[in-house]
Amino acid sequence: MTATALPDTDPPVTRSWYARNKLAITPWLFLIPAMIFFLIYVIAPIFQSIWISFYEWDGLGAAEWVGARNYVELMDDDRFYTSLWNNVLWLLLYMLAVPAGLFVALFLNQTVTGMRIYKSMFFFPFVISQVVVGLIFTWFYNPDFGVVGQVWQFFGATPPSILGDERYVTYGIIAAGLWPQIAYCMILYLTGLNNVAADQIEAGRLDGAKGWKMLWYVVLPQLKPATFIAVVVTVIGALRSFDMIAIMTQGGPYGSSNVLAYYMYETALSEYGYRMGYGSAIATVLFLIMLIYISYFLYRMYQDEKGAR
Amino acid sequence: MRSILKASLAALVTSSMMTAAAFAADLVINFDDPNPGPKKGFEDAVAKFKEANPDINVIVNINDREAHKTAIRNFLSADAPDVTTWYPGNRMAPFVDAGLFEPVTDLWEQEGFNETLAAIKPTMSRNGEIWGVPYSYYQWGIYYRKDIFDEMGISEPQTWDELLAASAKLKENGVTPFTIGTKFLWTAAGVFDYLNLRTNGYDVHNDLTAGKIKYTDPRIVDVFEKWKQLIEPGYFIENHATMSWQDAVAPFANGEAAMYVMGNFSVDAYLNAGLTMDQIDYFQFPEITPGLPRAEEAPADAFFIPSGAKNKEDARKFLAFVAQPDVQTEWNKTIGQLPVNSESEIGDNKFLREGFETVSTAAGLAQFYDRDAPAEMAKAGMEGFQEFMIKPERMDAILQRLDKIQERVYK
Repeated sequence: MTATALPDTDPPVTRSWYARNKLAITPWLFLIPAMIFFLIYVIAPIFQSIWISFYEWDGLGAAEWVGARNYVELMDDDRFYTSLWNNVLWLLLYMLAVPAGLFVALFLNQTVTGMRIYKSMFFFPFVISQVVVGLIFTWFYNPDFGVVGQVWQFFGATPPSILGDERYVTYGIIAAGLWPQIAYCMILYLTGLNNVAADQIEAGRLDGAKGWKMLWYVVLPQLKPATFIAVVVTVIGALRSFDMIAIMTQGGPYGSSNVLAYYMYETALSEYGYRMGYGSAIATVLFLIMLIYISYFLYRMYQDEKGAR
Repeated sequence: MRSILKASLAALVTSSMMTAAAFAADLVINFDDPNPGPKKGFEDAVAKFKEANPDINVIVNINDREAHKTAIRNFLSADAPDVTTWYPGNRMAPFVDAGLFEPVTDLWEQEGFNETLAAIKPTMSRNGEIWGVPYSYYQWGIYYRKDIFDEMGISEPQTWDELLAASAKLKENGVTPFTIGTKFLWTAAGVFDYLNLRTNGYDVHNDLTAGKIKYTDPRIVDVFEKWKQLIEPGYFIENHATMSWQDAVAPFANGEAAMYVMGNFSVDAYLNAGLTMDQIDYFQFPEITPGLPRAEEAPADAFFIPSGAKNKEDARKFLAFVAQPDVQTEWNKTIGQLPVNSESEIGDNKFLREGFETVSTAAGLAQFYDRDAPAEMAKAGMEGFQEFMIKPERMDAILQRLDKIQERVYK
């Protein structure tokens, strides 16, 4: 009798709370370290920098609360509008990298001897550092000894000083930035083209599609994931134009090639800057602009995930 | 448990002993110029200092100049060296005001620097204290291609009209009168400072950089009008906005341009570009307003003790050492600049002799626009100068913008 009563009190009761909820908790356990660091190094600084933007602070002494004055000043700052406009220019013109990358990829997507060599040569500009690209183009554009100057002189014209003229300088830097960016989009499309289903091409061909129609209705829809990634990295690339500008012009001449990111650095952290409050105000505006893009991106991701489920 | 406690106690004792030992002997110095000449000058001086003080273990960090400018804010508050280089004038103001530098007023009294270093004393002072010890300074002026001047029969201009005449003659003969590279902005400030010092004098320079005079003041407008007389006929090389001051040496060296408003540190660059001592010479920036007392630009380089220094005693020894006449003599001979100590000897080279003549007879010594004006004003002002050099027709708009910024900066 006693022996039959015993089994009830056995194993099931001693199973711990963790053991029972293992499946639900374990993913969170794995996520915790990443989440803590993300909170400390990404989320918290965002609020911190928004907070600093309400102060006047040189980074060393005491900070003085100035309310919205930094933002009011920003509204009245020509340099800020120049930078904002340049940011727009960067975003729009940088998008040229996507179709350009696609056409280079289509061009390279054939079987010819030595194709790998050509492919790697086209990909080369992406491998070298942005700093080097900036430096090369700075020499390139030099009206005295650069290639651009030589070409103009060959036709008997006075070469323009691309990086010294407020009208051309931003376009000059964007063109330099496009060079590696096209290579990046190209490689994305090349991998995408590998996955284009041959049978669909075949079917299209049987139905009489060729040339542009084939590209537009058969190939491109299959490249949609690649296009999405290419757009995303290009937008990010346009917003990261910082290094090219730092190397090529430092925002000059007189601030006419500035973008918001570099202007923020200049006011907050460069030799003549150290206006942390004002710099943070610029950063906040930049953050709000990027927020639009980021929310769209997250929304797309969310929709895709939902569709996949 | 006991053994752990014992072990950690022992570790604590040894570590504190070690820091104590370090405390007595280590002297960390941050220096900011890795170029061969300046580096050698500094290292020679350090070697001499070690010889005189064998018990001090000198640790030297030599950084790039631009990197030093960014790093100093971190290392002063986080991990301070015992001695660091920095600039006097308004450039030291933020650190002085934040209490990051140690005053050395008593050292100046004790060592008699008030007399021997008197030339630089005003710019080393702030809030009634003296904050560092200068080891070197240099003159500014116009460096020119003597061979080109001789060939065209031009003599050193003494007045504004002579300068304009010389420029016109050079231009006629296909030589651009002035080279300049304004990519990093400060070179344009040198030209502005001299035009201002010669048109309005030392007091106006100081009042402007102190925010007491507006940029739209008729006297400052007059300076820009003078500048226009050089810009509009194309007396400055084109494309200067894309060039650094070193890039701008190239047209000077190959004879496309004949004059350069610069500091004496540039002589080394001319020689490295292949010019000989006979081809280059120096003259003082010509007189503009007749009879105005002549003031000069003479920026100084100096050593400071951070307030977070661990070995302040030896740091003071080092500062006293670098101000000694013989140390400054040797050092400045190596780097081709002028010793600050009035008892030092000047290096035997025509630029140093003329430079010494220039600064020692000057009625006032300005540091430089970007050292005399607060950083934010300096940045906006120099951008304005660069814009003016490219688009002189925008003068009014530029000056009004500078007024607006000035109002905010000096509130």
